[in-house]
Amino acid sequence: MENEGKKRVWSEYQKEIADDHFFYVRSCIRQSFFPGSEQFFLDFMRNGLGKDVFENPSHTTCTGIGYHGDIVPIETIMTVVARHFALMKESGYKNIAISCVTSFGIYTEILETWKHFPEQLERTREFLFKATGREFDVPENMAHTSDIIYKFRDEIASRAKYRLINHQTGEPLKVVEHIGCHYSKMFPKHGVGGAEFPRVLSGMAEAWGGEIIDYPERRHCCGFGFRQYLVQANRGYSVSNTAKKFASMEPYKPDFILTNCPGCNMFMDKWQYTIREMEGVTFGPSGDSIPVLTYEELAGLVLGYNPWNLGLQYHMVQSEPLLRKMGVEFDPEDKYKTKDGVQMPIPRNLINC
Amino acid sequence: MENYTELLKQDIRFKEGLNACMNCGVCTAICPAAEFYTYDPRKVIDMVQSGDNDAIGELLRSDTIWYCGECMSCKTRCPRGNTPGLVIMALRTLSQKTGLFAESEKGRQQFAIKRTVGENIFRYGYCVASYAVNPDMHPEQGPIWEYILNHTHDVFERLGGKIDEYGTGPLRRIPEDARDELKKIFEVTGGTRFFESIEEHSRKKATELGLEFKDEGTDNEYFIEVYTANNGKHTS
Repeated sequence: MENEGKKRVWSEYQKEIADDHFFYVRSCIRQSFFPGSEQFFLDFMRNGLGKDVFENPSHTTCTGIGYHGDIVPIETIMTVVARHFALMKESGYKNIAISCVTSFGIYTEILETWKHFPEQLERTREFLFKATGREFDVPENMAHTSDIIYKFRDEIASRAKYRLINHQTGEPLKVVEHIGCHYSKMFPKHGVGGAEFPRVLSGMAEAWGGEIIDYPERRHCCGFGFRQYLVQANRGYSVSNTAKKFASMEPYKPDFILTNCPGCNMFMDKWQYTIREMEGVTFGPSGDSIPVLTYEELAGLVLGYNPWNLGLQYHMVQSEPLLRKMGVEFDPEDKYKTKDGVQMPIPRNLINC
Repeated sequence: MENYTELLKQDIRFKEGLNACMNCGVCTAICPAAEFYTYDPRKVIDMVQSGDNDAIGELLRSDTIWYCGECMSCKTRCPRGNTPGLVIMALRTLSQKTGLFAESEKGRQQFAIKRTVGENIFRYGYCVASYAVNPDMHPEQGPIWEYILNHTHDVFERLGGKIDEYGTGPLRRIPEDARDELKKIFEVTGGTRFFESIEEHSRKKATELGLEFKDEGTDNEYFIEVYTANNGKHTS
């Protein structure tokens, strides 16, 4: 009986993640700032694990940044998302894999809204049919792409070329993980570990040898705030919130930051540059800054992908200090070359170079 | 005067976001905006719950409702199952429908968001695309961003990107028929009318302020004003 009770309590924090046959929807921010991350996910899933992941060229933005920038009405975004569900249905898929945490939050909000207000679901069906002639089904399984990497974390560990261990000291690397507010703060049951015990990133990092840092502002927002970043006059909100997190994590000496949401990744990378420029303050050891990686970039490094094919050279904070700690073999000469190996100019004034 | 509470009740986010608030202030304790702005979501919810039409009207024309970052941390923590962030979203929508957003510095910024993110949706099929993030408007992106934009084709090609190409892949060109469907969805669902309302009220405010206003783009005095103006009175 005791075990049954425990199982029931913890089941609220667990999530069923489909095993195969995914309809993949991209993220505006991830594909703009971290295109190598999306490509790693597809390559690993398709060629590494042999899974079926389908992308329909006709899918668009979900309009989520406009919705949370308060210029897109809820009826509009529900219908745009319904169009994605229609494309999924037409392509013969039932499991959706979402690359963006803002989108993931939108999808969870919409599915919950349709449950609480079934008339909204019917209205959305009417709107979509009137606008496009399309019809849709609600997905059977909905995962953020990090959920899927989490599901296969042990498979990745078993194939690891490098582990999250300092290869000189043998100590686990210290990892700050940042989940992103819209992953599970709004609808906890849709996230691995819910809002109280989010496990999606910590589960990966620990499976690959790292040690998670628990620090006071671990669950504080990255500071995006949508309009608080989109409009230049408001960016003090955004950078102040991120600075608060950096100051809180600094005493724990993290080796890197691991993110779930592409927006969070971009802010935690770029605001370190900005704060250094504004105040001469850095948060890593010896005047360095803290590398910020997407979960795809980290999984790629662990599996031995070339860091320059993952796109690590296109962050402001460069990742060489982390690569050296992990013992990753890399070719500095290959860093800024084209796909065909032609040397490109070397960018200047980056961080950690 | 319009009955704002009745109008708010037509928004499902208001219905979902406000049951019965006991004014405990947990939302304010957890709120990132409350930490850096003169902002207290507990007070906003208390005011809306009171149903005081004049007070709600003041909120709709104030800077106050524009301070929230919509992180929704308040949803997780409210012991009564309210979501102040959803109430804020309903207030912002109503402020734009009634035109009252143009009466505050922070509210007027909706015009800048419409002219950037909003128009990206129709133009590109994305809310954000690398080529739409202008380094002059985003100095915080640093020298790597300017480098990426100056070498876009080579950078994206190595990382699997498909800029300007049809088909699949990061930043592929979204087909015209897909963008047309987006436009039709906006027309059918009220999104186009909402954009028009932002434009109409912004034009009126520009005239009132004596600022140049153009029908398109970001190169006009009113856009620059709302994108950059900060009277320094938003923090205590």
